[in-house]
Amino acid sequence: MNALRKQLDALKKPFGKGQKLEKFAPAINAFDTFLFVPNHTTKKGAHIRDAVDLKRTMVTVIIALLPALIYGIYNTGYQYYVQTGESFTFIDAFIHGAWKIVPMIIVSYVVGLSIEFGFAVYRGHEVNEGYLVTGLLIPMIMPVDIPLWMVGISTAFAVLIAKEAFGGTGMNILNPALTARAFAFFAYPTYMSGNKVWVSEASAVDGISGETILGSLAAGQDVKYSMMEMFQGSIPGSIAETSTLWVAVGALILILTGVGSWRIIAGGILGAAVMGLLFNLWGANALMSFSWMNHLVVGGFAFGIVFMATDPVSAAQTNKGKWIYGILTGIFCIMIRVFNPAYPEGVMLAILLMNVFAPTIDHYVVNSNINKRKKRWSNAQELKTA
Amino acid sequence: MKIIKKIQTRRGAKLNIKGEAEKIFSKTPFSNTYALKPDDFFGTLPKLLKKEGEEVKSGEPIFFSKNEPRIKFVSPVCGMIHSIVRGPRRKIEEIIIEKSSSDVSISHDVNSWEDLSREELKSLLLESGNWPFIHQRPYGTIANPDDTPKAIFVSTHKTNPLCPDFEFILNQEIGAFQNGISVLNKLVDQPVFLGTDASHPGIFKEIKGVQNYSVAGPHPAGNVSLHIQELAPLNMGDKVWTVNPEDVSNLGRFIKSGKFSPQRTVAITGNAVEHPKYIVTKQGAELQPILEDHNLLYPQNRIVNGDVLTGATSHLEGHLSYYNNQISVIPEGNAYRMFGWLPFKDNNILSLSNTSFSRLFKKRGFEVDTNLNGEERALVVTGEMEKVFPLDVYPMQLLKACMVEDIEKMEALGIYEVVPEDFGLIDYANTSKIEAQEIIRQGIELMINEVG
Repeated sequence: MNALRKQLDALKKPFGKGQKLEKFAPAINAFDTFLFVPNHTTKKGAHIRDAVDLKRTMVTVIIALLPALIYGIYNTGYQYYVQTGESFTFIDAFIHGAWKIVPMIIVSYVVGLSIEFGFAVYRGHEVNEGYLVTGLLIPMIMPVDIPLWMVGISTAFAVLIAKEAFGGTGMNILNPALTARAFAFFAYPTYMSGNKVWVSEASAVDGISGETILGSLAAGQDVKYSMMEMFQGSIPGSIAETSTLWVAVGALILILTGVGSWRIIAGGILGAAVMGLLFNLWGANALMSFSWMNHLVVGGFAFGIVFMATDPVSAAQTNKGKWIYGILTGIFCIMIRVFNPAYPEGVMLAILLMNVFAPTIDHYVVNSNINKRKKRWSNAQELKTA
Repeated sequence: MKIIKKIQTRRGAKLNIKGEAEKIFSKTPFSNTYALKPDDFFGTLPKLLKKEGEEVKSGEPIFFSKNEPRIKFVSPVCGMIHSIVRGPRRKIEEIIIEKSSSDVSISHDVNSWEDLSREELKSLLLESGNWPFIHQRPYGTIANPDDTPKAIFVSTHKTNPLCPDFEFILNQEIGAFQNGISVLNKLVDQPVFLGTDASHPGIFKEIKGVQNYSVAGPHPAGNVSLHIQELAPLNMGDKVWTVNPEDVSNLGRFIKSGKFSPQRTVAITGNAVEHPKYIVTKQGAELQPILEDHNLLYPQNRIVNGDVLTGATSHLEGHLSYYNNQISVIPEGNAYRMFGWLPFKDNNILSLSNTSFSRLFKKRGFEVDTNLNGEERALVVTGEMEKVFPLDVYPMQLLKACMVEDIEKMEALGIYEVVPEDFGLIDYANTSKIEAQEIIRQGIELMINEVG
């Protein structure tokens, strides 16, 4: 470890203060701090600090994403082999999935991190770790057959417009990963919706039907999957969204480590369940009478509410606000699903909509604290003058 | 003893650090020099009364406050001004007094002090150098003698990491403490609130002339800001005064003897100290002889005037701060940790976050050091500040208002109700390594300059 440290220090020398490559220090620091937590000591304020830092937090989110990702890779192959009728083993399915998905992950990381590094050097701050999560999320919520260049363009759009244009990490209004998906959704609708994109090779091989459950419901067809299959995730859909089971494992990791807000997750489930139940009572079309429990396990709802709605930067920031934000996200998700057949999956638009409203929710929550204080002041003033 | 309010909080954290001072007084080492540091008096611009080389008696004014010339700061010992240490832009950093063998002190007439009028008592305290013992809220500066505060707060239960036990410190001083309380009662008609440990009020049960409240819960339950919020919330224009417990007994000692009492009982704490114990000394005493007596365990140590969350960095040749009842010494943490960012790695580092098993595995005291355990980043994680902040204030929103210097917003969000020490645990716990205390301190300085 010491030898490695010495080599790194030697390597870093030209990037030091006053040296000629000083401007590029954030880039080399990003690699260095990935290997070693730096030897920086406290300069002002508290003399001791918690072991947690942003890297640790973000890596925890990645760990929480892994079960859903691994299942998603398997399910990609599984859907393909089941629909073509070929016999296959677990390994076959996994390799088929990995062959499709790993390049997407690489494209997303390379494009996104290059932009992040560039901005870090340009603005003279360290590279923030947030993109480690965003970069993994982007391929996980795409349809499997989307061309790689579309992944790249969507990623670039999300990082540039949704994040850096607002001032970088911590300043963005919209969740960058969802923005990438929304961009692709509206820019390349034929690759992002319909009944030919949700299973690997569906557009190329005739025997494959790439219809999602919500898609067939919107088209007024029957659902051929059981609730158990929906829960476990052996259904068509975006890469990692299908398995509510493995998303729930991720949710458990996020909640137990305190990295994800349980208030948002609980609020979202509550909102969606209540909304689903109300529509069940109404029951005017196939999506309305689709059981509220099925609404919770089908489509991207679980994945969205656990991994996207809980993004602390774009979500509400106050504890009360998180409840309101979560509940409304759940309500809007089901509402968009049921009322708008053009968007059979409502969770993406519901979260983006609530991202926009999150600062407003916080504003009112914080204002109630401010008003309480001002009322106390004016009461005291009245007492004094009386 | 009637408890008028039980203050109980859950939001906060007790940091389980090694190095609590054993309740024993060790021998006080001889201190050759004493220092007054104007930085200890937040918001005070010093104007010197003495030059280098001049003789001073103990209790003789050395400087006064430029914005309130009646507030004087006096020498804790008899001796000679050894040197005046200046920093950048000729800012006075330390006034070092070399103690002489004789002990001549200035004496004030305190006979029949009970018959003095309020104004006469105030000028006696101002003239004798006792006024700096009284602080005001908002801002935590030295009180303005012309104000009438809503209440005076004395909290004997502190919760800072490894903080001293005032019941132990004042055990033999209870008479002086009672006299000090009488002085405070004479200064104002408003109530004097005395806060005690809910589980163990101890000697403070007997104190007369106070309204008792009890405090329970993890740090920062002992911070006076919380007590003020519960008992006498600050409205715009309100003032509340606060006095540290040992300064109450210093006031009491002065009012009986007529001589300024600079006594400081100090807990020497921290995991770099071999035998953490208490000593009795005076304001501004040299640190080196004290620390040598206590054996420091590491080659490189951080010496902190105060506790590890809110104290000021000092060094071996430094001097005890004016208001300090605690010295903390911890090892410097200037070492690299390979892959230290992995969750659940390095569980020997104390963490409040659930991304570490530290709280599960180690029940006894943690070794701490000064490593930042990461680097400063943008504010991303939300909700973690509120967990360690019991005040009815939105901490992150207030910090952001301070960063953009939006005075109206700072007022509305409660800048009058906080002092930097309330953000000590936020400094410690926040993921992005934001210097919250520094931001609040700058915010308060802005308020003093712009609003007053």
